[in-house]
Amino acid sequence: MSGAPRDAVEGAGRRRRRRGRGEQAVVPDAEFASYYGRPILKRPRWRPLDIAGYLALGGLAGASSLLAAGADATARPALARTAKLGAAGAISLSLAALVHDLGRPSRFLNMLRVVKPTSPMNLGSWLLAGYAPLTMAAAAADVAGRYRAVGAAATASAAALGPAVATYTAVLVSDTAVPAWHGGRRDLPFVFAGSGATAAAGLALVAAPGEETGPARRMAVLGAVLELGAFQLMKRRLGLVAEPYEEGRPRAMLRAAEALTAGGAALAVCAGRRGRARAVLAGTALLAGSTAMRLAVFHAGVASAEDPKYTVVPQRERLEARSRDGDGRP
Amino acid sequence: MTDDIARAAGHTDPPPRMGFFTDTSVCIGCKACEVACKEWNAIPEDGLELTGMSYDNTQGLGADTWRHVAFVEQRRPLGGAASGAGDVDVFDAARDLAPAPGNGELRWLMSSDVCKHCTRAACLDVCPTGSLFRTEFGTVVVQEDICNGCGYCVTACPYGVIDQRPGDGRAWKCTLCYDRLGVGMEPACAKSCPTDSIQFGPLEELRERAADRVAQLRAAGVDDARLYGEDPEDGVGGDGAFFLLLDEPEVYGLPPDPVVSTRDLPTMWRHAAAAAASLAALAVVSFAGRPR
Repeated sequence: MSGAPRDAVEGAGRRRRRRGRGEQAVVPDAEFASYYGRPILKRPRWRPLDIAGYLALGGLAGASSLLAAGADATARPALARTAKLGAAGAISLSLAALVHDLGRPSRFLNMLRVVKPTSPMNLGSWLLAGYAPLTMAAAAADVAGRYRAVGAAATASAAALGPAVATYTAVLVSDTAVPAWHGGRRDLPFVFAGSGATAAAGLALVAAPGEETGPARRMAVLGAVLELGAFQLMKRRLGLVAEPYEEGRPRAMLRAAEALTAGGAALAVCAGRRGRARAVLAGTALLAGSTAMRLAVFHAGVASAEDPKYTVVPQRERLEARSRDGDGRP
Repeated sequence: MTDDIARAAGHTDPPPRMGFFTDTSVCIGCKACEVACKEWNAIPEDGLELTGMSYDNTQGLGADTWRHVAFVEQRRPLGGAASGAGDVDVFDAARDLAPAPGNGELRWLMSSDVCKHCTRAACLDVCPTGSLFRTEFGTVVVQEDICNGCGYCVTACPYGVIDQRPGDGRAWKCTLCYDRLGVGMEPACAKSCPTDSIQFGPLEELRERAADRVAQLRAAGVDDARLYGEDPEDGVGGDGAFFLLLDEPEVYGLPPDPVVSTRDLPTMWRHAAAAAASLAALAVVSFAGRPR
């Protein structure tokens, strides 16, 4: 067993919890009972860098594949190459992070032992098994300058799978008992979609010449609006369970994500096609913002699992609402 | 029928669904179940710590603790709880000797927690390798030669039962002594329980027995007695291991209204599909703008 129990002296019984540092409560403090303040849920065993990185890189790859296909279609060769290499590199790193996080990395291929629709991680593994080779084929054909038909087919297929790659991870984290993730199940896919778009736009701004990055600049703005807008909706829907997003480390990461994403998108527009240094700065900010957003979501989820309040209070409210409305079942 | 889930999992002609009924009103906190479980299943030692919070130094279920005895200390008017529903009257006699103070007497709640072997098990649903499976007895078991330690089940379990073993990497939890069941024996914890607080048997029979016991306790004035996890209509479709509790579930560290997260999976995929479509549309719009 790890970790000393918090509030050990308080014993098990009803108690009112006080929040420190004079923070503004989103929802009034809830009274609830717990077993010596111990968490009900297990803390997710996923490593923050591995899994937040896996989420962020998957988004970057998926949206980059869209940029690549668009760039091919509109004759922007430098943007296309950046996006294709970006997608292939990001999805490779994403897979590496996923394997590294396993307790038994050598058994990674057991993920493909079955096809299991009830497991988003299983379906995601199959998706990546199809998608990753496509991105590599697209990038290889582009760099080699040969097999153009194969490259074009791979680019188009990767673009078709890209949006799914960028958003399925939201289902993966939502399909858990973690209150801050499960409660965000309707909005997180949109947050992740927007975050993937800003990341892909950021990479394009950093690495592609200004005369070809017009679509990336627009994608940065649209992605930032989608990401930050969906996040606000999610927080409103979460009610009490929004608290972990607004406390401690997740709060700092969230503020950073918001500033970097909004600032990066604004700077991308200002940079226009000529401000090379500004474009690089904007792109870097967008990439960092997307990563900070995934880290904020990850850490808020962990915090929500570690405090029994976020497990007990919403469930109690649900039970009480049911007993008020007659015995409606969950 | 309680063996439907075994059939749904592909077992032809399964035995009746087996489970635990843990009657906490007769638990004496001896922890024989914890010890028997560790011994039989050869679970490694996971630290000898003194928590200082109660006699509970185990703290909770985990990869290396498949039975956990909770100790809850409370001051409240005892009613009939002290004497249980039996015919013992020593407590009545004691009460005559020393009147209870205004805030009630001290009472201990002890409860042996275990994996619930849910009818709709989130750990099993989300396991990407098929390592977790439904046995012919309707229980949920990890196949250790398959598990790749992805940790998804750990985040999915609404009860916080299953966990990854440090240094080993794989996920571990109660198997309801699958090996013993296979040869017609009862699980080690139930076998070792000196008060029959842990009862093992066909789930349907246990549910009947539990309903009788609750009625008996209520009749004896133990108004707080309630069953937990016995309802097939609850958020996890009912537990294969359910409990008789003497207070709210959260007092014992149990979630008051657990729900299997995969219940919302269709909604989640619908929203993800809409988000994916938004992302594709966003890309199209980005390229459809003024040529630059």
